[in-house]
Amino acid sequence: MQDSSPTLHNLGEDGLLVEFGSSLMMEANAAAIAFRRALEGLRLRGVTEVGSTLKSAFIRFDPVALPHAQIIPKIKELMADRDWLTAPMPEARHWELPSCFDGDFAPQISEFSELSGISESDLIAQLSETPLRVLALGFAPGMPYLGQLPEGWNVPRQTSLTPRVPVGAITAAIRQIVLFAVPSSTGWRQIGQAAWRGWDASGGPDQFLTAGDTLRFAPCGEGAFRAHLAAGGLLIERSSP
Amino acid sequence: MSVQLEILSAGPRMTLQDAGRVGLSAYGLSRGGAMDPVALAEAAALLGSAYDGLSIEMTQTGGKFRCMQADLTVALTGAVMKANVDGVPLRWGASHLLPAGAVLEVSAARQGVYGYLSVAGQISVPDCFGARSAHLQAGIGAELVAGDVLPVQPKPALMGNGLPERAWNDAQVFRVLPSVQTALFGDDGRAWLETTSLTKTARSSRMGAALQVDGDGVAMPEGLSITSEIVSLGDIQMTGDGTPFVLLAEAQTTGGYPRIATVISADLPAFAQVQAGKQVRFRFVDLEEALAARATFVAELAALKGRVAPLVRDPHQMHDLLGYTLVAGVVSATDPETWE
Repeated sequence: MQDSSPTLHNLGEDGLLVEFGSSLMMEANAAAIAFRRALEGLRLRGVTEVGSTLKSAFIRFDPVALPHAQIIPKIKELMADRDWLTAPMPEARHWELPSCFDGDFAPQISEFSELSGISESDLIAQLSETPLRVLALGFAPGMPYLGQLPEGWNVPRQTSLTPRVPVGAITAAIRQIVLFAVPSSTGWRQIGQAAWRGWDASGGPDQFLTAGDTLRFAPCGEGAFRAHLAAGGLLIERSSP
Repeated sequence: MSVQLEILSAGPRMTLQDAGRVGLSAYGLSRGGAMDPVALAEAAALLGSAYDGLSIEMTQTGGKFRCMQADLTVALTGAVMKANVDGVPLRWGASHLLPAGAVLEVSAARQGVYGYLSVAGQISVPDCFGARSAHLQAGIGAELVAGDVLPVQPKPALMGNGLPERAWNDAQVFRVLPSVQTALFGDDGRAWLETTSLTKTARSSRMGAALQVDGDGVAMPEGLSITSEIVSLGDIQMTGDGTPFVLLAEAQTTGGYPRIATVISADLPAFAQVQAGKQVRFRFVDLEEALAARATFVAELAALKGRVAPLVRDPHQMHDLLGYTLVAGVVSATDPETWE
């Protein structure tokens, strides 16, 4: 895809999508996150939701309280306000999760190693040394898509589904990691498990990671990991990535 | 006073539903809520302020319900199901007395898929992210099964009121808007959607409904890897094998399959009510027409209250007339809480 100006689309009858075209996924993602923050900053009356996905920001609204004729010029103005693809990343929080890449906790790491041509120890080293960005949340509440990993991680999803991965499963495909918030079947390969308990139905949205946050997986041995799991998981906030 | 509404038997996929959770799709949580929001508006029109917005959603068939401790006023709305109290048939689309100890039996739907049982009173179940409805895909709440008991604080409400029966239209053409990916299918793709015979399949759930293509499939966009993108309720997603899948209340929040169109919000409740095996047709409209339809839809819901009328009943058919409390609860002239 050629780098180009963002494009504006209708989302049904009560939403707008601003899509960032860029050959660099991380650049488009940063633009989407920055634009989402700017949309939130507009504090428009009649808006029901603002969010971002891998390479787009979206806004939903009540078209009676906030007609299209009113909101579209404001969005267009914001789109033209700056070069979003070079916009700095907004302030973010940084997280660390104790993780295990051994035995039953990493059932497909050897398969992924073969497909990627990266040794298992290098996979673990690359994953734990690189703070990953939360690109977007989706699929299940609070479930992060993380990236972007080096080109060697560009392994397609498996064609048949794994019947069930547990909460905290670290799964890989297409240079991204999905960290499972609910037990689920999936086409992504499980290469490890994090001491993460997913989401808490009795809590509020402030419990969720936010797109733009960084997350680092800290490898630990099976024994220590089981202790973290027994303690209900451990998400550690850090002062820097 | 809290009483217990007992679920003595339950058909499949029975859950508690309300208007759902708006504004959380960026966190990965779709709106959820009643598959047919019109039915909740009907319950609100019938029960007035005694209705707390949460109803039992029944899929294709109902169950048996009883409250031992108190008379309840209940409303039956949405898909037209057979219902009786202790063997006496009840009209659908109406409010009725459920006397203490009597059994309300709801069975197969004659029209539609999703029927709703609502109670005059407050159903006490925990709030999660601003709503009490089950969202099974996200792991919120659970299906209701035989033996479950719902704590209810009954409120007074008029019973014996009804709404005119809905105009169930098997030949309805559902209006759609272009989606972000419609252009990828070209003019031929648009024409295909408007002219191809499509049948709703039994592969339908709160997440969405698969359509069977009777005839040639659409030419799928080639050589494109679509980045996972935000989903709108009503999106018609074209899966890899060319099956259209209409995304409904509990859809995933993002999807990587291209969406050929989006069913407009005014037509989505009626689409959800189409029974498996029936044909569905689509017609593209522009944003202006979609917004006009939305305004009409909202106005129709608001007008429901004015269409409520006392049921005309033949006292000779009411073998136990003297046993009826004709108004459950008391309306006070001085306590506005009890006014309709």
